[in-house]
Amino acid sequence: MRTAAITHSATSSLTPFIKETKYEFLRLLRARSFSVATIGFPISFYLLFGIVVASAEPGGFDRAKYLLATYSVFGLVGSSLFGLCSTIANERAQGWLELKQASPMPPAAYLLSKLLTAIAFGVIIFGLLLLCGETMGHVHFAAAQILRLLATVILGVFPFAAMGILLATVVPPNAAIGFVNLIYLPMSFLSGLWIPLEGLPKWLRTLAPVWPTWHLGQLATHSIGYKMSWSVAGHVLWLAVFSVACLALALVLFRRSAQKE
Amino acid sequence: MSTTAIPSHANSSAPAELRGVTHRYGSHTALQGLSLQLKPGEVVALLGPNGAGKTTAVKLMLGLLQPTSGTVSIFGGSPSQRSTRQRIGAMLQVARVPETIAVGEYLDLFRSYYPHPLPAEQVIQVTGLQGIEKRQFKDLSGGQKQRMLFALALCGDPDLIFLDEPTLGMDIETRHNLWRQVRSFADRGKTVLLTTHYLEEADTLADRILVIARGKVIAEGTPSEIKSRAGGRKIRCVTILPESELNSIPGVRRVEHTGAGVTLTVDSAEDVLRILLQRDATLHSLEVTSPALEDAFLELTREPDSAQTEAA
Repeated sequence: MRTAAITHSATSSLTPFIKETKYEFLRLLRARSFSVATIGFPISFYLLFGIVVASAEPGGFDRAKYLLATYSVFGLVGSSLFGLCSTIANERAQGWLELKQASPMPPAAYLLSKLLTAIAFGVIIFGLLLLCGETMGHVHFAAAQILRLLATVILGVFPFAAMGILLATVVPPNAAIGFVNLIYLPMSFLSGLWIPLEGLPKWLRTLAPVWPTWHLGQLATHSIGYKMSWSVAGHVLWLAVFSVACLALALVLFRRSAQKE
Repeated sequence: MSTTAIPSHANSSAPAELRGVTHRYGSHTALQGLSLQLKPGEVVALLGPNGAGKTTAVKLMLGLLQPTSGTVSIFGGSPSQRSTRQRIGAMLQVARVPETIAVGEYLDLFRSYYPHPLPAEQVIQVTGLQGIEKRQFKDLSGGQKQRMLFALALCGDPDLIFLDEPTLGMDIETRHNLWRQVRSFADRGKTVLLTTHYLEEADTLADRILVIARGKVIAEGTPSEIKSRAGGRKIRCVTILPESELNSIPGVRRVEHTGAGVTLTVDSAEDVLRILLQRDATLHSLEVTSPALEDAFLELTREPDSAQTEAA
């Protein structure tokens, strides 16, 4: 009896979290401007640079393998930045966030659902890239490599979700998508996510460690066996500090603007 | 005041109570020592010109803002507690709702926030959303969107409901249906706080009207009490009696010439009419009107300097 009651109350307190996440995922999946861009960009870029261009060169399959890792990062960064930044900026400006805050929604459910949704899209993109690589790019990974890369994708959502939350407090809501693209695309390129950094001028390569995407890209390629200049702990620490800094700054800015209204 | 006779514990569990609430945004004071109380089962309309502090008062009661000073209590607790919010429903003005979720899905989501929600079918039926449960928000008409927001406020079966301009953009039929729902809601002992620009809405629905201006409650009463503040009823007629004689009738406050006839502002229409009809057998085109809520509202919320000029 008692256990039944406890289980029941535990499930019912989880219900809003599950429903919030389910509908957040469905909402973005159905919003074609989001799903087509977030999934379509990394897949089509990978097909172009990782498979079509690479197959014309010697050692092309190695490039297909390397870029599979970096485009997985590119994909999860997109789903995190768009899924959090443009969504929160808009919902806040349009009064929807306020209605939710006034409702008995558990406050944590709001951000958690968006985080889990970004993870889900990141994993879907990774799965599709893997499918393209294995079928068209002659890429073959060991199960352990796939699992390590998958873990990098899942954990990699956190710093970029934090960055998305920070951007949501500063970008003009009606131009959020444009602003995110303006940061997302150049940053990804300069971190070697589109084409390996070796093809870029030296000063751009030296600059790479200032981009969070470079750190995650290094961890991703390392997880499938490439060497990197920093240690794993160094990159992880950098990304952890970056996440905390983004969230702390976002909190300050959010409070300040809430007082002004 | 009669409220002091109520024991304090009854006061503290009132659906909503604001005591001496002041709220400032930077240097701008939105509310200045505002006090109000909502009782179980009543429909209260909050009226006031734009910028009077209506929205600020509602946001404080919803726990979206914290007062600069004073206390806000909802059912005796803090409005930002989740357990308090589970007894509240709110329909706020939302410029845009995320569009790719269907009506039924939104209800499913909001019902999951509450411990004892109403059955979804009941909410759908009461708010007239039958047949469009599967439709995504982007495919709804303006009136349907408003009805869905009303449904989200109702679905948790709350004891206190906030309606901020609920009938904005609704057609007449939908508006009357919403009014019926609000009344039946109050008949079940639940409390409704309504802000509206439609004075007709406040007049039809509200048990009590609070008029807010410059951050304070400047008048409070039933719709008819508020209307009586506008002063007297009006008699319009065509008469041969000269103005000086009309002015001498007891109870006549003001005489104005309007078109072919005159308009008298009087304390008691019946007494004045008896005299008028006795003295002028040719009197015709007779009309007696009560002041509209709108007149009372304009009278009450007039800027202080012009009110003073009139008093002097």
